[in-house]
Amino acid sequence: MAPATKARVSIEGVSVSFPLYHGNARSLKKLVFAAASGRLGQDRQKRVVVEALRNISFSLRGGDRLGLIGTNGAGKTTLLRTLAGIYEPVTGHVRVEGSLNALLDPSLGMNLDLTGRENIMLRGLYNGMPRASLAQLEEDVTAFAGLSDFIDLPVRIYSSGMIVRLGFALATAIRPQILLMDEWILAGDAQFIDRAKLRLETMVRGADILVLSTHDSAIIRTWCSRVLWLDEGRIRADGPPEDVLEQYLGHPLEPLPDSGATEHL
Amino acid sequence: MMTGTTPAARDALLDLRADMSLAARNRLAVRDVSNGTALWPLAWTLGWLDIKLRYRGSMLGPFWLTLSTGIMVGSLGVLYSTLFHMNVHEYLPFLSLSIVLWNFLSALVSESCLAFTEADAVIRSVRMPFFVFAIRVVMRNLLALAHNILVIVVVFAVFLIWPGWHALLAIPALVVWVADALALTLVLGSFCARFRDIQPIVNSVMQIAFFLTPVIWKPDQLGPRADLLPLSPFFDLLDIVRAPLLGAVPTTMTWLGAALYSLALCSVAWAFFARARGRIAFWL
Repeated sequence: MAPATKARVSIEGVSVSFPLYHGNARSLKKLVFAAASGRLGQDRQKRVVVEALRNISFSLRGGDRLGLIGTNGAGKTTLLRTLAGIYEPVTGHVRVEGSLNALLDPSLGMNLDLTGRENIMLRGLYNGMPRASLAQLEEDVTAFAGLSDFIDLPVRIYSSGMIVRLGFALATAIRPQILLMDEWILAGDAQFIDRAKLRLETMVRGADILVLSTHDSAIIRTWCSRVLWLDEGRIRADGPPEDVLEQYLGHPLEPLPDSGATEHL
Repeated sequence: MMTGTTPAARDALLDLRADMSLAARNRLAVRDVSNGTALWPLAWTLGWLDIKLRYRGSMLGPFWLTLSTGIMVGSLGVLYSTLFHMNVHEYLPFLSLSIVLWNFLSALVSESCLAFTEADAVIRSVRMPFFVFAIRVVMRNLLALAHNILVIVVVFAVFLIWPGWHALLAIPALVVWVADALALTLVLGSFCARFRDIQPIVNSVMQIAFFLTPVIWKPDQLGPRADLLPLSPFFDLLDIVRAPLLGAVPTTMTWLGAALYSLALCSVAWAFFARARGRIAFWL
């Protein structure tokens, strides 16, 4: 698809913090986590907040492939959600130009009580597709997921492999200029995984800008041209994948196998 | 190969700053409403699926709504016409209309509290206009109302009642209802996402309002004090739809009250939504 605008991302001095309102177990867990990492703060109204992102700045332009690394709770997912416009910044400025697709929850809106066809239609509607292209989406997803006769049956009765295939086909059906991925999604049985890899790689290559959060350094080295290391909501390091990964892992990297890192999957 | 764009994609520009001016907040709220309206096929489908899934596997499907309302109207009608010594021919049509309309109002108010919390998974994984979820709740309740209208039709047919041309006056009133319903969903949806205690409070207020509003009793039973009824927003809003359908014209006071309360509701809802919109995702 011919991009209407040039894709560009710019983040200036962005902080995002979560106020702790509800005294439930989840918040308590967050509280303990944050206390352990020294990230509890107070906002202007003296509420207790968890500072998930602190003064993050960077910019990306067409062709950039950014990898996010860091321990659990370092702020990777929050940063992706902020880029996607789900969380609006508490301080700073977020500017994203270009069509965007965020694969944060690959099973977005999938309803087990609905049929495969209804789920496909729903996903198309979530993406604001006109009715005319829904048929095309349905054809694409059905063919790729190989559901044939099952498409008109409720997803509840699908085998787990079929659900995975449908979810993957749906998640990769929409090709944006800016692609945000929380973990490299790849799933399926031996037969499916080669096709899945091809489809995912086509989507990733087709995107002008990729922001990928993962724990897998081989994936980062294969796909990313730049890496941000997030630590307790701050940028700890920013640079070429090899340098940042060596700092992060604390040991020199082994050379990638010739056949490409994705073979490890 | 598929080409498609996300809702954010059609925006193709996301420009978010902290400490926005009032004008900037309002602009984003306006854009939320207009983008949400553009996604009406999604909102409609979600509302329709809510109804469909609630009754999946049952024989009557959503017509259970019709049946249970019918039974309620029938039994209440016989009971109260005996208690209040009223003519069933006159009372039952009034009651069927009142109960159906009130059920719509109270279900809408109660469900609007959950408008955003029930959609938390979607809100946290994609930027989506919040107005979509408001339309979804209103749509779902309008669909339920459409099923319950059958009860009114049956009762009116049995008692051979024809409201005449005055019934057309209910159409502008229903437009006011839809606008109020959307406003209410925005304000209660965001307010309840922040303060989880609001929903039980709202439900008990609606319970009290049910008895204080002429739903099962008729306004003229109050005697001279019926003149005070237009002070109640519940009475005004109920009566602008109900009176025309019973072949009467709502008083000017009732229309004025309904218009003023609606204006107040919509302004409060807008101010609150413009302020809260950017924070809703943090509250879920």
